[in-house]
Amino acid sequence: MEPSILAQQAVNGLILGATYGLIAIGYTMVYGIIGMINFAHGEIYMVSAYLTAIFLAVLHFFGITSIPVVLIVVLVATLCITALHGWFVERIAYRPLRDSNRLAPLITAIGLSLILQNYVRLSQGARSQGVPTLLTGSFVIPAGSGVIQITHVQALIIVVAIASMAVLTFIMHRTSLGRACRATEQDRVMASLLGINTDYIISVVFVIGAAMAAIAGVLVSLNYGSFDFHIGFITGIKAFTAAVLGGIGSLPGAMLGGLILGLSESFFSGFVNTDYKDVFAFALLVLVLIFRPSGLLGQPLVTKV
Amino acid sequence: MAEPILELCGISSHYGPIRALHDVSLTIRHGEIVALIGANGAGKSTLLMTLFGNPRASEGQVWFAGEAITHLPTHHIAPLGMALVPEGRRIFPGMTVLENMDLGRISAGPRVGRDPLEGLYELFPILKERSHQKAGTLSGGEQQMLAIARALMSQPRLLLLDEPSLGLAPLMIRKIFSLIQTIVQSGTTVFLVEQNASQALQIANRGYVLVNGRIRLEGSGQALLHDPEVRQAYLGRQV
Repeated sequence: MEPSILAQQAVNGLILGATYGLIAIGYTMVYGIIGMINFAHGEIYMVSAYLTAIFLAVLHFFGITSIPVVLIVVLVATLCITALHGWFVERIAYRPLRDSNRLAPLITAIGLSLILQNYVRLSQGARSQGVPTLLTGSFVIPAGSGVIQITHVQALIIVVAIASMAVLTFIMHRTSLGRACRATEQDRVMASLLGINTDYIISVVFVIGAAMAAIAGVLVSLNYGSFDFHIGFITGIKAFTAAVLGGIGSLPGAMLGGLILGLSESFFSGFVNTDYKDVFAFALLVLVLIFRPSGLLGQPLVTKV
Repeated sequence: MAEPILELCGISSHYGPIRALHDVSLTIRHGEIVALIGANGAGKSTLLMTLFGNPRASEGQVWFAGEAITHLPTHHIAPLGMALVPEGRRIFPGMTVLENMDLGRISAGPRVGRDPLEGLYELFPILKERSHQKAGTLSGGEQQMLAIARALMSQPRLLLLDEPSLGLAPLMIRKIFSLIQTIVQSGTTVFLVEQNASQALQIANRGYVLVNGRIRLEGSGQALLHDPEVRQAYLGRQV
């Protein structure tokens, strides 16, 4: 086998995996703190793709063309508005049902994801949308008899994904907000006894998860250029798979799960068959769960008495 | 007589349909050690949790330092100057000893002048030694010390202890009880909830006996130690 093709597939897989990992963080953090899956999270990602297109158009309208300025403004603006959507999901679908049956918020979250989908469809149209190509050009690295090609957008994805995961890890481990998040995750009642406003912390976690999904949304839109109001579903399922694969509730697990899923999809579609790459990804999930039910880095669930 | 710091007036509390506390009234004054003794299931832990609004009292009023706190949200209670060492310690096992201590500081807010950490490390040298170790790897006694130290990080006016001796070796129990006396000497009022009645009543100024969610007896620590009913029911001695 040609080593350059192998390396190229690895690069593609890492890039795909980095975006899965970013979205998976939202699933894993929300699960960690309230023990429930945020079924509207995929739609949050979809909303961020549309916001990217809207902000690009707005900047273009005002004649702002400097690429670094455009990238930063679009990233920050999309991140803020998407985070607001995350906050809204928690307030509408989860907080009013905090003490009810566990199935109730699951249903409201699915309802909210349908609302988000249709609100985007009604306001933006059902046809697939596109964003203009901002970054052209690529790095070409010679490898063996061939070359590895990394486009500038792909390089941007890797840099931004690593940077945002580093910032998130710093926040969770080195700030008092992060400590309060982890305390609430481990024992919500005790955290409130210590004076932590756990409702606020849960909101913060939804907001952080949405912000990470927004980063993925901006990056993927810039990379692929087109999307429609359905993309939240399949990408959401993939990212959820990544979170479970890595061990749901574990932050490094979400990143690792994303990378493994991205790499295996990329290798499978590169060397075996593109049509069955999803089958392979989900088969991998089944295998991991058979041998490690709590995922690769997950803690076995201890039921508290 | 010192001013009351905590007053419960006719508190009733429910866990679902079960009524756990019936018309409980008690008073704790500044600088006292007050013990609450009672058998398993008498409602001792429920009483402490009711002070924090979890569960919320269905009847009655709770006053802390002259302020009605009955209807405050749980996270508003600790910043008033009340700290709980709960049943089962409830330290955060996945976080380091130091991180656990820092979490205790959250409710302190700007009230705190001097950083209490160094003083607490003097009081609990083992915690300083283990400060970067995961709290879940500590022994039971060490975890209990951590839970007490975490509560003291907020420099509370009233420290509530729920069965601090439970599951500990006799030597460790003696250590914990002598620590409680040190804490009171430094100006913190202590409300001690215990099944270990003899030890608790020995260090307490006053005590209450809780039976099936009602206050059955009250009196000075010594008086309760010599009360025939207490001796028979809680000290395992024949009258």
